[in-house]
Amino acid sequence: MNALELHAVSVRYRERKIRSLKEAVVRGLTARVRPEWFYSLREVSLNVGRGEAVGVIGANGAGKSTLLRVAAGITSPSSGVAITRGTIAPVMELGTGFEAELSGRENIFFNGALLGRTRADMRARLDEIIALSGLQSFVDLPLRTYSTGMVARLAFAVATTIDAETILLDEILAVGDAAFQRQCNERIERFVHGGHTVVVVSHDLDAVERLCPRAVWIADGQLAADGDAAEVVARYRAFIADRRSVRQSSAAASA
Amino acid sequence: MTSISPAILLLERRNAAGPLRLGGELRDLARQSSLLFELVHRDLTVRYKRSFLGFFWTMLHPLLLMLIFAAVFSNLFRFQTPHYETYFLSAYVAWNFFAQTVVNAMASMAWNGNLMKRVRVPLSIFTLSTAISGLVNLFLSMAVLLAIMIAVRAPLRPSLLFLPVSLAILFVFTLGVSLALTAVSVFFGDVREMVQAGMPALMYLTPIIYPMAIVPERFQWLVRMNPLMYIVELVRLPIYYGVVPSARITAGGVIVAAASLTVGWMIFRRLAPRFHAHL
Repeated sequence: MNALELHAVSVRYRERKIRSLKEAVVRGLTARVRPEWFYSLREVSLNVGRGEAVGVIGANGAGKSTLLRVAAGITSPSSGVAITRGTIAPVMELGTGFEAELSGRENIFFNGALLGRTRADMRARLDEIIALSGLQSFVDLPLRTYSTGMVARLAFAVATTIDAETILLDEILAVGDAAFQRQCNERIERFVHGGHTVVVVSHDLDAVERLCPRAVWIADGQLAADGDAAEVVARYRAFIADRRSVRQSSAAASA
Repeated sequence: MTSISPAILLLERRNAAGPLRLGGELRDLARQSSLLFELVHRDLTVRYKRSFLGFFWTMLHPLLLMLIFAAVFSNLFRFQTPHYETYFLSAYVAWNFFAQTVVNAMASMAWNGNLMKRVRVPLSIFTLSTAISGLVNLFLSMAVLLAIMIAVRAPLRPSLLFLPVSLAILFVFTLGVSLALTAVSVFFGDVREMVQAGMPALMYLTPIIYPMAIVPERFQWLVRMNPLMYIVELVRLPIYYGVVPSARITAGGVIVAAASLTVGWMIFRRLAPRFHAHL
Protein backbone atom coordinates (compact mmCIF):
# COMPACT_ATOMS: atom_id res chain seq x y z
CA MET A 1 0.00 0.00 0.00
CA ASN A 2 1.29 3.44 -0.89
CA ALA A 3 1.93 6.03 1.77
CA LEU A 4 1.31 8.81 -0.71
CA GLU A 5 -0.53 8.97 -4.01
CA LEU A 6 -1.07 11.90 -6.32
CA HIS A 7 -3.59 11.37 -9.08
CA ALA A 8 -3.43 13.90 -11.91
CA VAL A 9 -2.98 16.78 -9.49
CA SER A 10 -3.08 20.30 -10.91
CA VAL A 11 -2.76 23.54 -8.98
CA ARG A 12 -3.44 26.77 -10.79
CA TYR A 13 -3.66 30.43 -9.88
CA ARG A 14 -5.14 33.48 -11.52
CA GLU A 15 -2.29 35.39 -12.99
CA ARG A 16 -3.82 38.80 -12.32
CA LYS A 17 -5.08 38.77 -8.81
CA ILE A 18 -7.80 41.13 -7.70
CA ARG A 19 -6.82 42.39 -4.28
CA SER A 20 -9.69 44.58 -3.16
CA LEU A 21 -13.42 44.72 -3.37
CA LYS A 22 -13.13 48.17 -4.92
CA GLU A 23 -10.96 46.75 -7.69
CA ALA A 24 -13.39 43.88 -8.23
CA VAL A 25 -16.30 46.26 -8.62
CA VAL A 26 -14.38 48.53 -10.97
CA ARG A 27 -13.17 45.56 -13.02
CA GLY A 28 -16.64 44.09 -13.16
CA LEU A 29 -18.12 47.34 -14.41
CA THR A 30 -15.51 48.16 -17.02
CA ALA A 31 -14.15 45.15 -18.88
CA ARG A 32 -14.69 41.45 -18.60
CA VAL A 33 -11.20 40.13 -18.10
CA ARG A 34 -10.77 36.50 -19.08
CA PRO A 35 -8.92 34.77 -16.26
CA GLU A 36 -5.42 33.83 -17.24
CA TRP A 37 -4.23 30.78 -15.36
CA PHE A 38 -0.80 30.09 -14.10
CA TYR A 39 -0.14 26.42 -13.47
CA SER A 40 2.01 25.58 -10.49
CA LEU A 41 1.46 21.88 -11.06
CA ARG A 42 -0.04 20.29 -14.14
CA GLU A 43 -1.47 16.77 -14.08
CA VAL A 44 1.16 15.31 -11.80
CA SER A 45 0.74 11.68 -10.80
CA LEU A 46 3.07 10.07 -8.32
CA ASN A 47 3.07 7.08 -5.98
CA VAL A 48 5.36 6.78 -2.99
CA GLY A 49 5.44 3.42 -1.25
CA ARG A 50 5.65 2.96 2.49
CA GLY A 51 9.19 3.34 3.80
CA GLU A 52 10.45 4.82 0.56
CA ALA A 53 12.73 7.87 0.51
CA VAL A 54 12.21 10.17 -2.45
CA GLY A 55 14.13 13.31 -3.32
CA VAL A 56 12.37 16.03 -5.29
CA ILE A 57 14.61 18.22 -7.44
CA GLY A 58 14.12 20.95 -9.99
CA ALA A 59 14.65 24.65 -10.66
CA ASN A 60 13.26 27.40 -8.44
CA GLY A 61 9.56 27.90 -9.05
CA ALA A 62 9.15 24.56 -10.79
CA GLY A 63 6.45 23.47 -8.37
CA LYS A 64 8.41 21.34 -5.87
CA SER A 65 7.07 23.06 -2.78
CA THR A 66 3.54 23.10 -4.17
CA LEU A 67 3.83 19.35 -4.68
CA LEU A 68 4.82 18.92 -1.06
CA ARG A 69 2.01 21.18 0.13
CA VAL A 70 -0.63 19.26 -1.80
CA ALA A 71 0.75 16.01 -0.44
CA ALA A 72 0.63 17.41 3.09
CA GLY A 73 -2.95 18.59 2.62
CA ILE A 74 -1.99 22.22 3.12
CA THR A 75 -2.92 23.36 -0.36
CA SER A 76 -5.94 21.83 -2.03
CA PRO A 77 -5.56 20.90 -5.69
CA SER A 78 -7.51 22.71 -8.40
CA SER A 79 -8.18 19.29 -9.90
CA GLY A 80 -7.12 15.76 -9.13
CA VAL A 81 -6.73 14.15 -5.74
CA ALA A 82 -3.94 13.47 -3.25
CA ILE A 83 -4.21 10.55 -0.85
CA THR A 84 -2.02 9.98 2.18
CA ARG A 85 -2.07 7.01 4.50
CA GLY A 86 -0.77 7.15 8.03
CA THR A 87 0.43 10.03 10.13
CA ILE A 88 2.21 12.76 8.27
CA ALA A 89 4.45 15.59 9.43
CA PRO A 90 5.32 18.40 7.05
CA VAL A 91 8.45 20.37 7.91
CA MET A 92 8.16 23.26 5.50
CA GLU A 93 10.23 25.85 7.23
CA LEU A 94 11.94 25.79 10.57
CA GLY A 95 10.36 28.02 13.15
CA THR A 96 6.90 28.09 11.61
CA GLY A 97 4.46 29.44 14.15
CA PHE A 98 7.02 30.54 16.68
CA GLU A 99 5.78 33.35 18.85
CA ALA A 100 8.31 35.88 20.15
CA GLU A 101 6.38 36.69 23.33
CA LEU A 102 6.07 33.09 24.47
CA SER A 103 8.86 31.22 26.22
CA GLY A 104 10.79 28.42 24.54
CA ARG A 105 8.82 25.88 26.52
CA GLU A 106 5.46 27.36 25.53
CA ASN A 107 6.61 27.48 21.92
CA ILE A 108 7.44 23.78 22.08
CA PHE A 109 3.86 23.01 23.10
CA PHE A 110 2.43 25.35 20.50
CA ASN A 111 4.54 23.87 17.72
CA GLY A 112 3.70 20.36 18.78
CA ALA A 113 0.00 21.24 18.61
CA LEU A 114 0.50 22.58 15.09
CA LEU A 115 1.74 19.14 14.14
CA GLY A 116 -1.21 17.49 15.83
CA ARG A 117 0.38 16.59 19.17
CA THR A 118 -1.31 16.95 22.52
CA ARG A 119 0.27 18.58 25.58
CA ALA A 120 0.77 15.15 27.13
CA ASP A 121 2.57 13.96 23.98
CA MET A 122 4.86 16.94 24.07
CA ARG A 123 5.49 16.69 27.80
CA ALA A 124 6.86 13.20 27.19
CA ARG A 125 9.23 14.59 24.57
CA LEU A 126 10.12 17.79 26.39
CA ASP A 127 13.39 16.63 27.94
CA GLU A 128 14.62 15.22 24.66
CA ILE A 129 13.78 18.43 22.81
CA ILE A 130 15.42 20.66 25.40
CA ALA A 131 18.53 18.48 25.39
CA LEU A 132 18.71 18.42 21.61
CA SER A 133 18.27 22.19 21.33
CA GLY A 134 20.91 22.87 23.97
CA LEU A 135 18.81 25.70 25.40
CA GLN A 136 18.95 24.63 29.05
CA SER A 137 18.03 27.54 31.30
CA PHE A 138 16.95 29.72 28.39
CA VAL A 139 13.92 27.52 27.82
CA ASP A 140 11.72 29.59 30.12
CA LEU A 141 12.68 32.96 28.69
CA PRO A 142 10.65 34.62 25.93
CA LEU A 143 11.75 33.68 22.43
CA ARG A 144 12.53 37.31 21.60
CA THR A 145 15.58 37.08 23.87
CA TYR A 146 17.06 34.23 21.80
CA SER A 147 19.75 34.49 19.15
CA THR A 148 18.89 33.38 15.61
CA GLY A 149 20.95 30.25 16.09
CA MET A 150 19.08 29.34 19.25
CA VAL A 151 15.73 29.71 17.51
CA ALA A 152 16.93 27.53 14.63
CA ARG A 153 18.17 24.82 16.99
CA LEU A 154 14.94 24.82 18.93
CA ALA A 155 12.88 24.67 15.74
CA PHE A 156 14.94 21.79 14.45
CA ALA A 157 14.68 19.92 17.72
CA VAL A 158 10.89 20.27 17.76
CA ALA A 159 10.48 19.34 14.11
CA THR A 160 12.57 16.22 14.23
CA THR A 161 11.44 14.85 17.57
CA ILE A 162 7.94 14.64 16.18
CA ASP A 163 7.68 11.22 14.69
CA ALA A 164 5.20 10.53 11.98
CA GLU A 165 5.17 7.71 9.46
CA THR A 166 5.58 10.10 6.57
CA ILE A 167 7.88 13.09 6.79
CA LEU A 168 7.87 15.84 4.21
CA LEU A 169 10.92 18.09 4.27
CA ASP A 170 11.25 21.29 2.34
CA GLU A 171 14.73 22.78 1.94
CA ILE A 172 15.63 22.57 5.58
CA LEU A 173 19.09 21.44 4.57
CA ALA A 174 19.79 24.91 3.27
CA VAL A 175 19.82 26.79 6.55
CA GLY A 176 22.32 26.93 9.36
CA ASP A 177 26.05 26.45 9.67
CA ALA A 178 28.00 23.33 8.73
CA ALA A 179 27.55 21.68 12.13
CA PHE A 180 23.83 22.31 12.02
CA GLN A 181 23.56 20.92 8.50
CA ARG A 182 25.44 17.80 9.56
CA GLN A 183 22.99 17.37 12.41
CA CYS A 184 20.09 17.74 9.96
CA ASN A 185 21.58 15.17 7.64
CA GLU A 186 22.09 12.68 10.43
CA ARG A 187 18.54 13.10 11.56
CA ILE A 188 17.17 12.62 8.04
CA GLU A 189 19.30 9.50 7.62
CA ARG A 190 17.78 8.16 10.79
CA PHE A 191 14.30 8.80 9.39
CA VAL A 192 15.20 7.06 6.14
CA HIS A 193 16.78 4.04 7.80
CA GLY A 194 14.13 3.91 10.52
CA GLY A 195 11.47 2.84 8.03
CA HIS A 196 9.78 6.23 7.65
CA THR A 197 8.46 7.41 4.35
CA VAL A 198 10.45 10.52 3.51
CA VAL A 199 9.90 13.02 0.73
CA VAL A 200 12.57 15.68 0.68
CA VAL A 201 12.73 18.74 -1.54
CA SER A 202 16.27 19.97 -1.93
CA HIS A 203 18.68 21.83 -4.15
CA ASP A 204 21.53 19.86 -2.64
CA LEU A 205 21.85 17.21 -5.34
CA ASP A 206 24.63 15.34 -3.53
CA ALA A 207 22.46 15.02 -0.45
CA VAL A 208 19.53 13.77 -2.51
CA GLU A 209 21.73 11.18 -4.19
CA ARG A 210 23.17 10.05 -0.89
CA LEU A 211 19.94 9.98 1.12
CA CYS A 212 17.34 8.84 -1.36
CA PRO A 213 17.32 5.78 -3.61
CA ARG A 214 14.69 7.45 -5.78
CA ALA A 215 14.39 10.96 -7.17
CA VAL A 216 11.71 12.95 -8.97
CA TRP A 217 12.51 15.88 -11.22
CA ILE A 218 9.85 18.57 -11.55
CA ALA A 219 10.11 21.06 -14.38
CA ASP A 220 7.50 23.74 -15.09
CA GLY A 221 4.95 22.01 -12.90
CA GLN A 222 5.29 18.69 -14.68
CA LEU A 223 7.01 15.44 -13.94
CA ALA A 224 10.20 15.52 -16.04
CA ALA A 225 11.76 12.33 -14.67
CA ASP A 226 11.11 9.77 -11.98
CA GLY A 227 13.38 6.88 -11.08
CA ASP A 228 16.75 5.87 -9.70
CA ALA A 229 18.20 8.88 -7.89
CA ALA A 230 21.66 8.67 -9.46
CA GLU A 231 20.13 8.53 -12.92
CA VAL A 232 17.63 11.36 -12.43
CA VAL A 233 20.23 13.59 -10.76
CA ALA A 234 22.66 12.93 -13.61
CA ARG A 235 20.03 13.88 -16.19
CA TYR A 236 19.15 17.01 -14.26
CA ARG A 237 22.82 17.97 -13.99
CA ALA A 238 23.28 17.44 -17.70
CA PHE A 239 20.22 19.62 -18.36
CA ILE A 240 21.59 22.45 -16.21
CA ALA A 241 25.04 22.24 -17.76
CA ASP A 242 23.45 22.25 -21.20
CA ARG A 243 21.36 25.29 -20.46
CA ARG A 244 24.31 27.11 -18.95
CA SER A 245 26.46 26.51 -22.01
CA VAL A 246 23.65 27.70 -24.28
CA ARG A 247 23.35 30.85 -22.18
CA GLN A 248 27.11 31.37 -22.20
CA SER A 249 27.44 30.93 -25.93
CA SER A 250 24.56 33.29 -26.61
CA ALA A 251 26.14 35.79 -24.21
CA ALA A 252 29.44 35.37 -26.03
CA ALA A 253 27.72 35.85 -29.38
CA SER A 254 26.06 39.06 -28.29
CA ALA A 255 29.29 40.42 -26.75
CA MET B 1 11.26 6.72 16.26
CA THR B 2 8.65 4.49 17.76
CA SER B 3 7.14 1.52 16.02
CA ILE B 4 4.13 2.11 13.80
CA SER B 5 0.85 1.13 15.34
CA PRO B 6 -1.60 -0.71 13.08
CA ALA B 7 -4.49 1.61 13.97
CA ILE B 8 -2.63 4.53 12.46
CA LEU B 9 -2.30 2.70 9.16
CA LEU B 10 -6.02 3.02 8.60
CA LEU B 11 -5.80 6.80 8.72
CA GLU B 12 -6.37 7.80 5.12
CA ARG B 13 -6.70 11.39 4.08
CA ARG B 14 -7.91 12.65 0.75
CA ASN B 15 -7.05 16.07 -0.49
CA ALA B 16 -9.29 16.75 -3.45
CA ALA B 17 -10.57 19.76 -5.37
CA GLY B 18 -13.89 21.32 -4.36
CA PRO B 19 -15.50 22.99 -1.35
CA LEU B 20 -14.76 21.88 2.22
CA ARG B 21 -16.99 19.21 3.67
CA LEU B 22 -18.56 19.83 7.03
CA GLY B 23 -17.84 16.30 8.27
CA GLY B 24 -14.19 16.47 7.29
CA GLU B 25 -13.72 19.92 8.81
CA LEU B 26 -15.34 18.90 12.11
CA ARG B 27 -13.24 15.73 12.23
CA ASP B 28 -10.06 17.73 11.63
CA LEU B 29 -11.06 20.27 14.29
CA ALA B 30 -11.64 17.45 16.76
CA ARG B 31 -8.32 15.87 15.83
CA GLN B 32 -6.54 19.17 16.28
CA SER B 33 -8.37 20.20 19.42
CA SER B 34 -5.05 20.59 21.19
CA LEU B 35 -4.10 23.21 18.59
CA LEU B 36 -7.38 24.99 19.25
CA PHE B 37 -6.49 25.05 22.92
CA GLU B 38 -2.97 26.33 22.18
CA LEU B 39 -4.27 29.07 19.89
CA VAL B 40 -6.64 30.35 22.55
CA HIS B 41 -3.90 30.05 25.14
CA ARG B 42 -1.48 31.99 22.93
CA ASP B 43 -4.09 34.66 22.22
CA LEU B 44 -4.78 35.23 25.87
CA THR B 45 -1.23 34.96 27.19
CA VAL B 46 0.23 37.24 24.54
CA ARG B 47 -2.48 39.77 25.24
CA TYR B 48 -2.10 39.69 28.99
CA LYS B 49 1.55 38.86 29.40
CA ARG B 50 3.43 41.97 28.47
CA SER B 51 1.84 44.15 31.06
CA PHE B 52 1.11 43.35 34.63
CA LEU B 53 -2.16 45.21 34.22
CA GLY B 54 -3.05 43.39 30.99
CA PHE B 55 -6.51 42.37 32.09
CA PHE B 56 -7.14 45.80 33.49
CA TRP B 57 -6.34 47.42 30.14
CA THR B 58 -8.91 45.38 28.25
CA MET B 59 -11.51 46.33 30.83
CA LEU B 60 -10.45 49.96 30.84
CA HIS B 61 -11.89 50.68 27.42
CA PRO B 62 -15.50 49.65 28.18
CA LEU B 63 -15.26 51.17 31.64
CA LEU B 64 -14.17 54.54 30.29
CA LEU B 65 -16.80 54.38 27.62
CA MET B 66 -19.36 53.53 30.25
CA LEU B 67 -18.34 56.51 32.35
CA ILE B 68 -18.70 58.84 29.40
CA PHE B 69 -22.00 57.38 28.28
CA ALA B 70 -23.28 57.21 31.82
CA ALA B 71 -22.38 60.85 32.40
CA VAL B 72 -23.84 62.04 29.14
CA PHE B 73 -26.89 59.87 28.79
CA SER B 74 -28.03 59.19 32.29
CA ASN B 75 -29.20 62.78 32.35
CA LEU B 76 -30.87 62.37 29.01
CA PHE B 77 -32.61 59.11 29.80
CA ARG B 78 -32.90 59.70 33.51
CA PHE B 79 -36.60 59.16 33.78
CA GLN B 80 -36.91 56.00 31.65
CA THR B 81 -33.76 54.17 32.68
CA PRO B 82 -32.73 53.82 36.28
CA HIS B 83 -29.35 52.15 36.67
CA TYR B 84 -28.32 53.36 33.25
CA GLU B 85 -24.81 51.88 33.68
CA THR B 86 -26.31 48.39 33.93
CA TYR B 87 -28.64 49.10 31.03
CA PHE B 88 -25.75 50.18 28.84
CA LEU B 89 -23.09 47.70 29.95
CA SER B 90 -25.30 44.60 29.73
CA ALA B 91 -25.78 45.26 26.03
CA TYR B 92 -22.35 46.71 25.43
CA VAL B 93 -20.39 43.65 26.61
CA ALA B 94 -22.42 41.52 24.19
CA TRP B 95 -21.87 44.01 21.40
CA ASN B 96 -18.19 44.30 22.21
CA PHE B 97 -17.78 40.53 21.96
CA PHE B 98 -19.46 40.55 18.56
CA ALA B 99 -17.51 43.50 17.13
CA GLN B 100 -14.12 42.44 18.55
CA THR B 101 -14.50 38.85 17.40
CA VAL B 102 -15.46 39.76 13.84
CA VAL B 103 -12.61 42.25 13.48
CA ASN B 104 -10.03 40.04 15.22
CA ALA B 105 -11.07 37.00 13.21
CA MET B 106 -10.31 38.85 9.99
CA ALA B 107 -6.96 39.97 11.37
CA SER B 108 -6.14 36.42 12.48
CA MET B 109 -6.28 35.24 8.87
CA ALA B 110 -3.61 37.75 7.95
CA TRP B 111 -1.47 36.96 11.01
CA ASN B 112 -1.68 33.22 10.58
CA GLY B 113 -1.35 33.18 6.81
CA ASN B 114 2.16 31.79 7.17
CA LEU B 115 0.94 28.93 9.30
CA MET B 116 -1.75 28.01 6.83
CA LYS B 117 0.88 27.76 4.11
CA ARG B 118 3.17 25.49 6.06
CA VAL B 119 1.12 23.27 8.30
CA ARG B 120 -2.00 21.27 7.70
CA VAL B 121 -4.69 22.89 9.80
CA PRO B 122 -8.45 23.03 9.43
CA LEU B 123 -8.84 26.51 7.97
CA SER B 124 -11.73 27.49 10.21
CA ILE B 125 -9.64 26.89 13.34
CA PHE B 126 -8.37 30.47 13.48
CA THR B 127 -11.86 31.96 13.33
CA LEU B 128 -13.07 29.50 15.94
CA SER B 129 -10.14 30.16 18.27
CA THR B 130 -10.65 33.92 17.96
CA ALA B 131 -14.29 33.50 18.92
CA ILE B 132 -13.36 31.31 21.88
CA SER B 133 -10.77 33.79 23.20
CA GLY B 134 -13.41 36.47 22.75
CA LEU B 135 -15.74 34.35 24.84
CA VAL B 136 -13.17 34.14 27.64
CA ASN B 137 -12.92 37.93 27.59
CA LEU B 138 -16.71 38.15 27.57
CA PHE B 139 -16.86 36.05 30.73
CA LEU B 140 -14.35 38.37 32.38
CA SER B 141 -16.38 41.40 31.31
CA MET B 142 -19.52 39.77 32.69
CA ALA B 143 -17.77 39.27 36.01
CA VAL B 144 -16.81 42.95 36.06
CA LEU B 145 -20.38 43.89 35.17
CA LEU B 146 -21.75 41.81 38.06
CA ALA B 147 -19.26 43.47 40.41
CA ILE B 148 -20.43 46.89 39.24
CA MET B 149 -24.06 45.87 39.67
CA ILE B 150 -23.36 44.83 43.24
CA ALA B 151 -21.45 48.06 43.87
CA VAL B 152 -24.27 50.28 42.63
CA ARG B 153 -26.90 48.07 44.28
CA ALA B 154 -28.63 47.14 41.06
CA PRO B 155 -30.83 44.12 41.75
CA LEU B 156 -29.46 40.66 40.85
CA ARG B 157 -32.32 38.41 39.85
CA PRO B 158 -32.72 34.67 39.22
CA SER B 159 -33.29 35.41 35.51
CA LEU B 160 -29.48 35.65 35.31
CA LEU B 161 -29.55 31.87 35.08
CA PHE B 162 -30.90 32.27 31.54
CA LEU B 163 -27.63 33.95 30.47
CA PRO B 164 -25.84 30.79 29.27
CA VAL B 165 -28.58 30.34 26.65
CA SER B 166 -28.26 33.98 25.57
CA LEU B 167 -24.49 33.75 25.35
CA ALA B 168 -24.67 30.52 23.35
CA ILE B 169 -26.94 32.23 20.81
CA LEU B 170 -24.65 35.26 20.74
CA PHE B 171 -21.64 32.99 20.16
CA VAL B 172 -23.22 31.07 17.28
CA PHE B 173 -24.40 34.26 15.61
CA THR B 174 -20.96 35.85 15.92
CA LEU B 175 -19.19 32.74 14.65
CA GLY B 176 -21.35 32.71 11.52
CA VAL B 177 -20.73 36.36 10.70
CA SER B 178 -17.01 35.90 11.40
CA LEU B 179 -16.70 32.88 9.11
CA ALA B 180 -18.32 34.73 6.22
CA LEU B 181 -16.32 37.92 6.66
CA THR B 182 -12.95 36.24 7.26
CA ALA B 183 -13.38 34.22 4.08
CA VAL B 184 -14.25 37.30 2.03
CA SER B 185 -11.49 39.39 3.63
CA VAL B 186 -8.84 36.89 2.53
CA PHE B 187 -9.74 37.74 -1.04
CA PHE B 188 -10.38 41.44 -0.65
CA GLY B 189 -8.03 43.25 1.70
CA ASP B 190 -10.23 46.31 1.97
CA VAL B 191 -13.16 44.41 3.47
CA ARG B 192 -11.46 44.49 6.85
CA GLU B 193 -11.25 48.27 6.82
CA MET B 194 -14.82 48.58 5.59
CA VAL B 195 -16.10 46.38 8.41
CA GLN B 196 -14.02 48.23 10.95
CA ALA B 197 -15.44 51.52 9.75
CA GLY B 198 -18.96 50.16 9.65
CA MET B 199 -18.97 48.73 13.17
CA PRO B 200 -19.60 52.02 15.06
CA ALA B 201 -22.46 52.81 12.67
CA LEU B 202 -23.97 49.40 13.33
CA MET B 203 -23.60 49.98 17.04
CA TYR B 204 -25.65 53.15 16.89
CA LEU B 205 -28.26 51.37 14.78
CA THR B 206 -28.69 48.86 17.59
CA PRO B 207 -30.40 49.94 20.80
CA ILE B 208 -27.34 49.71 23.02
CA ILE B 209 -26.76 53.18 24.43
CA TYR B 210 -30.31 54.41 23.97
CA PRO B 211 -33.61 52.81 24.92
CA MET B 212 -35.85 51.61 22.11
CA ALA B 213 -38.55 53.99 23.35
CA ILE B 214 -36.72 57.11 22.15
CA VAL B 215 -36.74 55.86 18.56
CA PRO B 216 -39.56 57.65 16.71
CA GLU B 217 -42.51 55.37 15.98
CA ARG B 218 -42.05 55.46 12.19
CA PHE B 219 -38.39 54.33 12.41
CA GLN B 220 -38.92 51.54 14.88
CA TRP B 221 -39.42 48.96 12.14
CA LEU B 222 -35.95 49.85 10.85
CA VAL B 223 -34.34 49.08 14.19
CA ARG B 224 -36.37 45.90 14.47
CA MET B 225 -34.97 44.73 11.11
CA ASN B 226 -31.54 44.68 12.67
CA PRO B 227 -30.87 41.05 13.64
CA LEU B 228 -28.45 42.25 16.30
CA MET B 229 -31.35 43.71 18.24
CA TYR B 230 -32.60 40.24 19.12
CA ILE B 231 -29.15 39.09 20.16
CA VAL B 232 -28.48 42.15 22.32
CA GLU B 233 -31.92 42.03 23.93
CA LEU B 234 -31.46 38.35 24.78
CA VAL B 235 -28.48 39.35 26.91
CA ARG B 236 -29.96 42.52 28.35
CA LEU B 237 -33.36 41.17 29.38
CA PRO B 238 -32.13 38.71 32.01
CA ILE B 239 -29.46 41.08 33.38
CA TYR B 240 -31.12 44.47 33.41
CA TYR B 241 -34.84 43.83 33.30
CA GLY B 242 -34.60 40.70 35.37
CA VAL B 243 -36.93 38.72 33.15
CA VAL B 244 -36.50 35.59 31.07
CA PRO B 245 -36.80 36.58 27.39
CA SER B 246 -40.13 35.79 25.79
CA ALA B 247 -40.48 32.81 23.47
CA ARG B 248 -40.80 35.19 20.54
CA ILE B 249 -37.51 36.94 21.18
CA THR B 250 -35.71 33.70 22.02
CA ALA B 251 -37.01 32.09 18.82
CA GLY B 252 -35.98 35.17 16.88
CA GLY B 253 -32.46 34.94 18.31
CA VAL B 254 -32.19 31.22 17.59
CA ILE B 255 -33.33 31.69 13.99
CA VAL B 256 -30.99 34.61 13.40
CA ALA B 257 -28.05 32.69 14.89
CA ALA B 258 -28.78 29.51 12.95
CA ALA B 259 -29.14 31.45 9.70
CA SER B 260 -25.88 33.28 10.38
CA LEU B 261 -23.92 30.09 11.00
CA THR B 262 -25.42 28.31 7.99
CA VAL B 263 -24.75 31.14 5.56
CA GLY B 264 -21.34 31.84 7.11
CA TRP B 265 -20.24 28.22 6.71
CA MET B 266 -21.56 28.03 3.15
CA ILE B 267 -19.50 31.04 2.14
CA PHE B 268 -16.44 29.81 4.04
CA ARG B 269 -16.46 26.29 2.58
CA ARG B 270 -16.63 27.59 -0.98
CA LEU B 271 -13.85 30.15 -0.61
CA ALA B 272 -11.47 28.22 1.68
CA PRO B 273 -9.89 25.99 -1.01
CA ARG B 274 -8.60 29.11 -2.75
CA PHE B 275 -7.21 30.82 0.37
CA HIS B 276 -3.63 29.67 -0.19
CA ALA B 277 -3.30 31.71 -3.37
CA HIS B 278 -4.22 34.88 -1.53
CA LEU B 279 -2.53 34.61 1.85
